[in-house]
Amino acid sequence: MTRYVVQRVLSLIPVLIGVTLLVFLIMQLAPGDPVKIMLGPRASEEAVNQLRRDMGLDQPMHIQYLRWLGGVLRGDWGRSIQLKREVLPYLAGRFQNSAYLMVLALSAACLVGVPAGIVSAIRQYSLGDRVAMVLVLVGFSTPVFWLGIILQIVFGLMLGILPVSGIQSPGQTGTLDLILHLILPSATLATGPMAIIARMTRSSMLEVIRQDYIRTARAKGLRERLVISRHGVRNALIPVVTVIGLQAGYLLGGDILVEMVFSYPGIGLAMVTGILARDFPIVQGAILMVASSYVLVNLITDLAYAYIDPRIHYGT
Amino acid sequence: MEREIELRPGKTSDARPVESKLAGRPRSLTHDALRRLWRDRAAVVSAAFLLFMIIISLSAPLIAPMDPTVTDLPNRLLPIGSPGHLLGTDELGRDMLSRLIWGGRVSLLVGFIAVLVAMSAGVVVGLLAGYFGGWVDSVIMRLIDILMAFPSLLLAIAVVASLGPGLTNAMLAVSIVGIPYYARIVRGSVLSLRNQEFVQAARVIGASDLRIIVYHILANSLAPLIVAATLDVGWMIMAAAGLSFLGLGAQPPTAEWGVMLSAGRQQIRNAPHISILPGLMIFLVVLALNFLGDGVRDAMDPRLRQ
Repeated sequence: MTRYVVQRVLSLIPVLIGVTLLVFLIMQLAPGDPVKIMLGPRASEEAVNQLRRDMGLDQPMHIQYLRWLGGVLRGDWGRSIQLKREVLPYLAGRFQNSAYLMVLALSAACLVGVPAGIVSAIRQYSLGDRVAMVLVLVGFSTPVFWLGIILQIVFGLMLGILPVSGIQSPGQTGTLDLILHLILPSATLATGPMAIIARMTRSSMLEVIRQDYIRTARAKGLRERLVISRHGVRNALIPVVTVIGLQAGYLLGGDILVEMVFSYPGIGLAMVTGILARDFPIVQGAILMVASSYVLVNLITDLAYAYIDPRIHYGT
Repeated sequence: MEREIELRPGKTSDARPVESKLAGRPRSLTHDALRRLWRDRAAVVSAAFLLFMIIISLSAPLIAPMDPTVTDLPNRLLPIGSPGHLLGTDELGRDMLSRLIWGGRVSLLVGFIAVLVAMSAGVVVGLLAGYFGGWVDSVIMRLIDILMAFPSLLLAIAVVASLGPGLTNAMLAVSIVGIPYYARIVRGSVLSLRNQEFVQAARVIGASDLRIIVYHILANSLAPLIVAATLDVGWMIMAAAGLSFLGLGAQPPTAEWGVMLSAGRQQIRNAPHISILPGLMIFLVVLALNFLGDGVRDAMDPRLRQ
C-alpha cells in the first residue's frame, strides 16, 4: 500500500507541471499584447513598459515560466490588475466560499443518489425504478444555469422563502443566514451528480445482487433486509466511491455557472469576472487553484478506492 | 436474444437449410442495431424531435416570423400569447419565437461541429498513439493526461480565457475539451485490434499502414465512437450555451439560447419567460440527445444495457 501511495503521488508531478505550463500559456497565447489589453487603450507607453518589466514579460519565455512557477510555489501569485491586491489571499477566501457550496451539493447528491439507486436496483423494472431512471436522464440533461434561474423564480420570487443571490444578507454575519443562502445554489449544483450517482449505484447494485454470495446468503436463510444491507450494499458501493470522486470535475465546472446565476462570491465568479476584465493574474490563479484541487481530489479518490477495495493491485 | 434462437438450427446435422435460411434473410450488424433502436420508443421519439428541430433550424430564414435582431422598444416584455408575438417579446422588444428558432440554429450547429472537430482530431491522435505505440504513444498519452487534469468546463473556460470571448472560440474550446475522450476510445480499440488475426493477415499480404488503419482498425472502432458522439453532442450544446451564458461565447445581439437566457436573467421579475424558454429548448434538445444516445448504445451493444 505504501508503495502504491508513493507511486501515485509521484505520478502527479508531471501532471502538475503540465497543468502549470498550460495555465502559464493562457496569457502567452492570448492574441495581442496582454499588457496593453490589461491597461486599456489609453495607457501611456511608459506605464505599459513599467508593467511589462514588473511582470517580467520582457524576459525569454522559459525564464518567464520558471520565474512564474517559482512565485507560485513561494505563494506569490501576483497582483490583480483590477482589484489592486494580492491574488492568492483573495482567491483563497473565494475558494473557501465555493468549497461550502460544493461540499453541500456533493453531500446532498450522495444522500439522495445512493439510496435512490439501491431502491431502484432492488425493484428493477418497477414503476418507481422506471420513473427514477427517467429522472436521472432529466437530471443530467438540465442545464444548471437554467435550473438555477427556475429555482430563483419559484423559491425566491413566487414563494419568497429563500434568498436568491449572494452569500449573506447585508449587515448579517450569522451561520443561519449563510446556510439559507447556500440552499438554492447547492441544490442546483447537486442535480447532475445526484443523477449520475443514482445511475451508477443502481447498475453496481444490479451486478452485485446477481453474485453467488448473495444467493448463498439467501439460501442459508438470511433475512432479505440483511442480505441487501450487509452483502449487497457494502459491495455495491465500492465502485460508487470512484464515481463520487469523479463528480468533483462536474462540481468544479458546474460551480462556475451556478455562482454566476446566484452572484455567489466564489472562485468561479472571480474567474469569469477576471476573464471579462482581462485580469490575467486572477484568471491564471483561479484556473490553477481549481485544476490543482481537481488533481488532488482525484488522488484522494484513487487512494480511497485502493483502501476500500483490497482486490486492487497496487503494483500497476 | 431472439436472433440467437433463430440461429440455433445450425446445430442440426445438415447445415444446408441453415445456410439457405440465412441467405434468404441477409442481415448486417447495422441492420440489427437499427432494428433494436426502432423498438426503443424513447429513442425513436427523441430522434423524431431532433429531426424536427434540425429542419426548423435549417429553414429558420423561411419560417421565423421576424428578424431576430430587430428591436421594438414600445413592445418590449410582451407575455406569451400576445397578438403578433406568439411567445412574447424580450427586453428589447425582439420576437421570442424568431429568436428561439434562430438560436436553435446556432446551438445545434455548434454542438454538431464541435463534436465533428473533437472526434476527427481525437481519432487521428488515438490512432497514432495506439497503432505506433512506443514513444509516440507515451508522448500523446502524457499530453492527454494533462488535458484531463482539468475539469471539462474549466478547460473550455481556460481556452476562451486565452483566445478571448466569442462564438468561434467557444466552439473551438469545447472541441478541444472533447479530443482526449475520443483519443482514448480509439486508442483502446486499436490496442485490442492491433494484434488480431485479420489485422496480421492484412499486414502479411502487404497492406500499407494507412490501409490497415483505415479499413481494418478504424472501421472496427466505429461503434463506440458513434455512441460517444451521440451522447457528446448534448454535452457540447450545453457547454457552449453555458459559455455564452457566462458572457464568454456568442455575444449579444446574436440570437443564441445561452445569450438569451443570460439577458433574460435581468427580467425574471417582470418577464420570466424570456429566460425560461431558451433554457427549456436547451433542456429538451439535450434530453432528446441523451435518450437517443442511450438507445444507440443499447442497440449497438445490448450487453451494455443499463
